[in-house]
Amino acid sequence: MIKAEELGRTFKVRRAVVHAVRDLSFTVGPGEFVGCLGPNGAGKSTTIKMLTGILAPSAGRVVVAGLDPARKRKALARRIGVVFGQRTTLWWDLPLRDSFELIRLLYKVDRVRFRERLDELCAILDLGDFLKTPVRQLSLGQRMRGDMAAALLHDPDLLVLDEPTIGLDVVSKAGVREFLLRMNAERGTTVLLTTHDLGDIEKLCRRVLLIDHGRLAFDGSVAGLRALAPEETSIEDVVTRLYLSSTPAGSPRIRPLPPAGGPPSGMA
Amino acid sequence: MVRAYVLLAWTWLRASAQYPASLVLLTLGSFVINGLDVAAIWVIFAHTRTLAGFTLPEVMFLYGTAGVSFALADLLFGNVERLSQHIRAGTFDTMLIRPVSPFVQMAADRFGPHRLGRVAQAVAVLAIALAQLAVPGSRAWMIPLMILCGTAIFAAVFALGGALQFLLTDAPEVANAFTYGGSQLTQYPLSVYGEQLVRGVTFVLPLAFVNWQPSLYVLDRDDPLGLPGWLRFASPVAALVLGGAAALAWRAGLRRYRSTGS
Repeated sequence: MIKAEELGRTFKVRRAVVHAVRDLSFTVGPGEFVGCLGPNGAGKSTTIKMLTGILAPSAGRVVVAGLDPARKRKALARRIGVVFGQRTTLWWDLPLRDSFELIRLLYKVDRVRFRERLDELCAILDLGDFLKTPVRQLSLGQRMRGDMAAALLHDPDLLVLDEPTIGLDVVSKAGVREFLLRMNAERGTTVLLTTHDLGDIEKLCRRVLLIDHGRLAFDGSVAGLRALAPEETSIEDVVTRLYLSSTPAGSPRIRPLPPAGGPPSGMA
Repeated sequence: MVRAYVLLAWTWLRASAQYPASLVLLTLGSFVINGLDVAAIWVIFAHTRTLAGFTLPEVMFLYGTAGVSFALADLLFGNVERLSQHIRAGTFDTMLIRPVSPFVQMAADRFGPHRLGRVAQAVAVLAIALAQLAVPGSRAWMIPLMILCGTAIFAAVFALGGALQFLLTDAPEVANAFTYGGSQLTQYPLSVYGEQLVRGVTFVLPLAFVNWQPSLYVLDRDDPLGLPGWLRFASPVAALVLGGAAALAWRAGLRRYRSTGS
């Protein structure tokens, strides 16, 4: 499903070259459930953006669903679903239902299949109560459920989520997690998510990728991750120890672009 | 492309209909503000009979053709100038995960009928000018063609301005110099400007082909700068060349896109 080979991305920041991601190689098979972990600025989001075709890699190569993301971005968009926890892809001023209908038309999903899919997603995600509510009036938990439904309406083989549980309360979080497990188990959807929530990792991911300073620091099971620091009891302590002991391999941690300007307009 | 554009534009139209008062005020405001442009022309002609050898109806013809072209390009593609806002807010990323060209999504973004106010105002000026000019049918065929080419040229300038914002994310105003600046420039006979500037907008950034060169044909005028006569039929070529350059620039910009942190 995903095959990355020596993937790298550099950014020029005031004439200095910063390696946000370097020499990243991994593969994800169909039906896997993979969590991507790493401190802020480690290169998780940059990696996700290269996998989804948002950013072109500056080194190495990556194939997702048999396609080169940067070159076949539109074809890839039909095969994958993407959810950003920090911003919605829904239309802010329109009822949720209208966003779904627009997505049906943009992705050219057959009307009958769309109907079935929407009914199914509405039942699992409990969207019925707010389908007619404008997105701007939804709570964060409701909006996130709407965003996940929107990403799955075209029945993608791969679902990529960037911090899907950020800011959610425990009940909403549990709902999101249960939904993702169900999609993975029942539909065989491959799931790749990034998170800072170790509960996500423990409850969801059979496999963990730890990215640090743009490199792959660990690739294995949750049990394998725990074994890296056997003297620690909780997963939080294990990960804290790993983050603290990480060594900057030649490059400072830095964000690609400083977030500037006012609040997001329209679709926040 | 067209289908996706229409779908998105329709969606934004319905979204803007959620705020009807704002819609009406913006449309009226745009009509009135652009009307002040015409008032400026009248003020000029209150002091002189001709402007660089052109009479009031002729200047209104130039203003009207440039205005309609620019207003149509602005209506259909003008939102591309908001690219840097979307880049900084991170919302451009969400456009890149859709199976639709991000240029189409940018162009249709917040599609608003309030921009029709500017179109209506320019059409009114053009109609008044034409009523007084009595252009013979043998030359009037050029008018729809020049408006089409002018719209394409301004659309290409908008796209170039958008492409520039991939590089100058913090300076979107640079692009305005060419879009709105170009619109202002073409509202008057180009012969009021210096010769170097006219050569620049003929051979470098071909704004002279929006209305100036074809208007010399429609109005049956000699070129005040003595440039070759075939140039007045060259608008379609200029539109195609500039459109091609804009498409290449946009693609190059998209490849260099850096996204934001997080």
